Amino acid sequence: MFKHLKQLTSLVAMIAVVFVFTTEAMAKKSKTLKNTQKKGFVRCGVSQGLPGFSNADASGNWTGIDVDVCRAVAAAVLGDANKVKFTPLSAKERFTALTSGEIDILSRNTTWTLSRDADIGLTFVGVNFYDGQGFMVRKSSGITSTSQFKDGISACTNIGTTTELNMRDFFNSRGIKYEPVAFEKADEVVAAYDAGRCDTYTTDKSGLAAQRTKMKNPNEHIVLPETISKEPLGPVVRQGDAVWEDIVRWSLNTMIEAEEYGITSANADSMKTSDNPAIKRLVGAEGEMGAAFGLDNDWNLRIIKQVGNYGESYKRNIADTGILPDRGPNQLWTKGGILYVPPAR
Amino acid sequence: MNNKIKKLIPQVLTILFVVLIFGFFTINAQVNMDNRGIDFGFGFLKQEASFDMQFTLLDYDGQDSYLWAYVVALLNTLLVSFLGIIFCTILGVIIGVARLSQNFLIRNSAAWYVEFFRNIPLLLQIFFWYYAALRALPLPETAEPWFGVTYMTIKGYYIPSMIWENFNVFLSCLIAAIVSIIFIRIYAKKLQEREGKQLPIFYISIGLLIILPLLSFLIGGVKLDFELPVLKQLAQTSFIFEGGIALPPELIALVVALSLYTSTFVAECVRAGIQGISKGQKEAAASVGLNPNQILKLVIMPQALRIIIPPTTNQYLNLTKNSSLAAAIAYPDLVLVFAGTALMQTGKAIEIVGITMLTYLTISLLIAALMNWYNKKIEIKEK
Repeated sequence: MFKHLKQLTSLVAMIAVVFVFTTEAMAKKSKTLKNTQKKGFVRCGVSQGLPGFSNADASGNWTGIDVDVCRAVAAAVLGDANKVKFTPLSAKERFTALTSGEIDILSRNTTWTLSRDADIGLTFVGVNFYDGQGFMVRKSSGITSTSQFKDGISACTNIGTTTELNMRDFFNSRGIKYEPVAFEKADEVVAAYDAGRCDTYTTDKSGLAAQRTKMKNPNEHIVLPETISKEPLGPVVRQGDAVWEDIVRWSLNTMIEAEEYGITSANADSMKTSDNPAIKRLVGAEGEMGAAFGLDNDWNLRIIKQVGNYGESYKRNIADTGILPDRGPNQLWTKGGILYVPPAR
Repeated sequence: MNNKIKKLIPQVLTILFVVLIFGFFTINAQVNMDNRGIDFGFGFLKQEASFDMQFTLLDYDGQDSYLWAYVVALLNTLLVSFLGIIFCTILGVIIGVARLSQNFLIRNSAAWYVEFFRNIPLLLQIFFWYYAALRALPLPETAEPWFGVTYMTIKGYYIPSMIWENFNVFLSCLIAAIVSIIFIRIYAKKLQEREGKQLPIFYISIGLLIILPLLSFLIGGVKLDFELPVLKQLAQTSFIFEGGIALPPELIALVVALSLYTSTFVAECVRAGIQGISKGQKEAAASVGLNPNQILKLVIMPQALRIIIPPTTNQYLNLTKNSSLAAAIAYPDLVLVFAGTALMQTGKAIEIVGITMLTYLTISLLIAALMNWYNKKIEIKEK
């Protein structure tokens, strides 16, 4: 009898301890947020140089729409969009860098897939670019469609990407024998393709458009019209910090929703007196939109003022640089695209 | 007793320390992986790999498992290491001997070769051979044949493949030739010990190696055909060669870079070995009437090898480990395929990096064991 009582009490004690610990953990604000605010900068993983997405200029300033996601988070949590430490990562290194805690956001044209989301300790928070895999060939080859591909074609690509898998599915389903030549770094892929090692270069179409600008003679190459896969690219965070995940998700959503309501970096302040409550919520003039994240009420206003809305970011980084002037699917749902985010309320 | 304990305490402490460190890292990794929802396990090895490889020795398809991808990639690593070791040894011995040549030009060019190739970082050399030398190569459609039937192009080196009929007969003839050569050598040695007679073993061996396989063609019904590479058009300006064997430029660049680099170290080992034998040995050998060839073969080399083998083993190990730089130029070796693509697709970083490290360790230990065995064999045996 006493024996059982002893067991029972120890069980109750254990449950109590577990309960206290979990509730305490829940009450705490995001650990990543706390660390970020303590350090004074957001640790962001980006590509090793992909124009339009994440690319450093000669003086080390990063620009691109992937970079802007990190800047938006920095504006929201630190008040300054420039307080970001960028870590260039290869496709192979990126997830390890994130899961090992070397970076807190991975914003590096990364495709959202089931296995990545489920398996490797990552959480995708949204999509900042809808892309698809395509092929680039030399104009002089006369190839204008993937239907002209023949047995023996050699294709240059990156390792550690969904590209490698899509390529296999594509060629196999058409019964074409091909030679995959997979490099670790994008620059090496481009150099090998440019040298004539491969007949075609395959990666996400945005990537092709961006890398084309780096070739010796961009006009000698064309991107074929076919798209062989869905590649929703977006920022990724570590699993296990739901609040941080929400901060990154809603920083991105704020940029997209701001465009929807016509709020720009220039007019954001004047929008505070708008009649539309949705707009007022987006510029911090109504509601308590930051409290749940442990942030103040102006977090979203800072994003819009310092980084701009999604349309501004796209124009600045991708359209004006001549990479992809046409927004295609990356247009707002109200304008025929598929950009549609949940309402901020 | 007291003394014993005194000796024991530091050892126990050291072991305890090592165990604690390992324990700390294991627990730390476990806690972190638990926090991030990462499972540990090797079940992924059975899953379908679903990526293709450019160059494989055995049949491999994306439908095969990660385990098979690992085996195939490992073979690619071993192939590069094997070819590299062969070429760097041949080149190293030649250069090493050349450094001791009486001829001013030979001696100095060998010295320059060594200084040049061993003082440029290996990765840079690989890049040079792959990117710079590759760009200088012609496209398939403009390639001039080498030796009439092989083509060196930017997409690879195309050579004819051999198509055998009754290959077994040919193979058994070849084995028979080798076995008989071994027996003749043993007999010749005995003959020399007993009667002092010398057989022309070298010529007999060469003769056997040529005549027996030749007989298999004449009587055994063995036939050999060659499949030549033929130019094929893929698109207006895009060509490849079909048929024959295609050696990818990645493999060639890697083997060339590894052999040239490592051969400089082997050359220095060889030179050191030969110089380590005192002049008196040579003079003594000459005074008993051996000719220069015999002096090198019977007196100098057997002694020099004892000095050469241990440091050369190190170079072989280095070459094998350096072959992992293949990842930089898309040669599908263990690091690129397994620790690269497979790691990315599965996310099993700890498992895959662990397996890869263990694999390299095993390869290195095997090579070291083999060389140690050889070293033991040629050691001075006290009689």
